[in-house]
Amino acid sequence: MAQVSEELDRYLSDFERFEKNGASRAASWVHELRKAAIARFAELGFPTTRHEEWKYTAVAPIAKVPFTRVGDDRPMFLSWALERLGFGLSEGARLVFVNGHYAREYSSLRALPGGVRAGNLAAALADDWERVEPHLARYARYQDHAFVALNTAFIEDGAFLYLPAGTVVGDPIHLVFISTARGTASASHPRNLIVAGHNSQATIVETYVGTDKAVYFTNAVTEVVVGENAAIDHYKLQRESEEAFHVATLEVHQGRSSNFGSHSIALGGALVRNDVNVVLDGEGSECTLNGLYMVTGQQHVDNHTRIDHARPHCLSRQLYKGVLDGKARGVFNGKIVVHPPAQKTDARQTNKNLLLSGDALIDTKPQLEINNNDVKCTHGSTIGRLDEDSIFYLRSRGIGEEMARSLLTYAFASEIINRIKVEPLRATLENLLVTRFQQGLPMEATP
Amino acid sequence: MLEIRNLHAKAGNNGILRGVDLTVNAGEVHAVMGPNGSGKSTLAQVLAGRADYEVTAGEVIYEGKDLLTMAPEDRAREGIFLGFQYPVEIPGVSTTYFLKAAFNAIRKHRGLEELDAVDFLALIKEKTKILAVDQSLLNRPINEGFSGGEKKRNEIFQMAVLEPKLALLDETDSGLDIDALKIVANGVNALRSPDRAMLVITHYQRLLNYVVPDYVHVLVDGRIVKSGGQALALELEAKGYDWVKADAAMAQPTSA
Ligand SMILES: Nc1ncnc2c1ncn2[C@@H]1O[C@H](COP(=O)(O)OP(=O)(O)OP(=O)(O)O)[C@@H](O)[C@H]1O
Ligand SMILES: [Mg+2]
Repeated sequence: MAQVSEELDRYLSDFERFEKNGASRAASWVHELRKAAIARFAELGFPTTRHEEWKYTAVAPIAKVPFTRVGDDRPMFLSWALERLGFGLSEGARLVFVNGHYAREYSSLRALPGGVRAGNLAAALADDWERVEPHLARYARYQDHAFVALNTAFIEDGAFLYLPAGTVVGDPIHLVFISTARGTASASHPRNLIVAGHNSQATIVETYVGTDKAVYFTNAVTEVVVGENAAIDHYKLQRESEEAFHVATLEVHQGRSSNFGSHSIALGGALVRNDVNVVLDGEGSECTLNGLYMVTGQQHVDNHTRIDHARPHCLSRQLYKGVLDGKARGVFNGKIVVHPPAQKTDARQTNKNLLLSGDALIDTKPQLEINNNDVKCTHGSTIGRLDEDSIFYLRSRGIGEEMARSLLTYAFASEIINRIKVEPLRATLENLLVTRFQQGLPMEATP
Repeated sequence: MLEIRNLHAKAGNNGILRGVDLTVNAGEVHAVMGPNGSGKSTLAQVLAGRADYEVTAGEVIYEGKDLLTMAPEDRAREGIFLGFQYPVEIPGVSTTYFLKAAFNAIRKHRGLEELDAVDFLALIKEKTKILAVDQSLLNRPINEGFSGGEKKRNEIFQMAVLEPKLALLDETDSGLDIDALKIVANGVNALRSPDRAMLVITHYQRLLNYVVPDYVHVLVDGRIVKSGGQALALELEAKGYDWVKADAAMAQPTSA
């Protein structure tokens, strides 16, 4: 650690300020956790492209900007922004975070069944820590991942959901993360923990947006513990502003016969990295990971998935689709690891990409690591362009060339959109895509 | 309505059409027959505006306009319809959505008001009945997983909805059983009118029993080598194409 760079130094001194100020009220186990994480971050440093997991994604632009956490700043126009984003009318519970801090006045916890705890992590750490402590940071490995380490070092707030055994929450629970950078290079490290008890069921929608075009950095970690026979559907809609950096890890731990679905939609951001990791740690558990990334201009989006089949008779399905226009660059890296005890594993992974311009680029790498010979695994990836025969067919019916291209692009993306079961979310996305294709604009979030 | 003069077209270095002359007047049905690879589909595709083919000589006048300079969508909006020999499957786009977009693009071009979803649905439901097309087709993605016969029927269904002035049907009768053939023929006949015309490409005289042509042309090696009435189709069916080819070679000894 002789040469801690200036960039690391900034985070280390920010950490000292953080620990001295408000964060110092936390319980000692939280302090210990944060300290261990910042120490690990100092050791790891920001990854370089020499790191296998970061081969195609240079994070130097993130490291270079002097990002700092910002205080509890809630601009006046926020409720208007929420309306514009379509959350004004949304059914069900909603937790809103502004620059990483819980905004109670914009949140709504109506219509939750008894026993469900939905609130912010800061409060839970204070008054419900017995439920938090057994899970927090037990799944997302700060030991290996620099950004998870950074997030863990700055654990303070985020969403905490606790579903007691047997609870069924019908309406989706929305977690909304809003950045209001306004000139300052602000960073937030939202930390979410979702604990779903046996036989529970819920749908959770995470949305990330920015209300300003300024540079900001979101570094989120969500841990999900899916109990025996529980069914959790998780959606993530990433609509950061076009200058933003977004790094996020979704870490899922599944129990016996549980079912987990992830739908990861990445539209915004200048530099984006998503990690989705699932450990199928109970016999007969099942997960489906769907992903859609649509980028243009100079956007860079990197999706990494990893599924660990640790027990017998588990099933995993992955379909990630990418649409890349302009000079956008995409990365897909999907890894399926079948561990020795996981006989009768059934794993399928597909990554399909559509390049709309000659300058767009995709690096796709599906990987299988199989340590058991009684498995059924397939994987594959494709990179293609719009089919000229299809374009001509549409045009020969009177449909203009632009419209024909939009329609075919939309059709490509719709395979993922159609899998979205949250109706308002699907409608929002359909609208976004139609606008995007008609105007050829980046799909940023500015309301 | 359509005047093709000395049309030459090639794909890559491959000269395919080598001087096609053909005049189609409103109200007429023309059948084009000819051996495999003689250029029938190429002719239809060039007329519809396929960019894969380069026109190296000749001209095509459609309703007084230079057809070859028009974009494919503009040709469609001006009333040309191509029934594809091999219709394309387009997953993810529903037949209804697609047809409504096409229908309204054509209406808009003609200065007519666009139909809203309700009126359009009523219109196409009516058409499915007339053509005995299963209504489930409307919600299915275009041609996805369709059998060859279903695809051909879908072409005729689209034609019935879009009501073109000039229909180019490229082997719409191939691969159909007799019931499907009758449905296709009914669709074609329903559209026959004094201000419309059709160019029907076929290998089989069978279709011409139901869609009686005014003229039959034989295309060989990229040229129309013989024209006649319905009797010519019967003769071709009975005797094959060799005799026409031989006749053509005699008539034009200098050609390769
Ligand atoms: N895009 C293309 N590129 C290269 N060659 C082509 C292309 N399209 C057609 N050809 C060639 O041109 C010739 C005529 O093809 P075309 O499809 O027009 O024949 P056709 O008369 O429709 O035949 P069929 O009765 O089998 O449908 C064939 O030799 C074919 O291989
Ligand atoms: Mg043909």
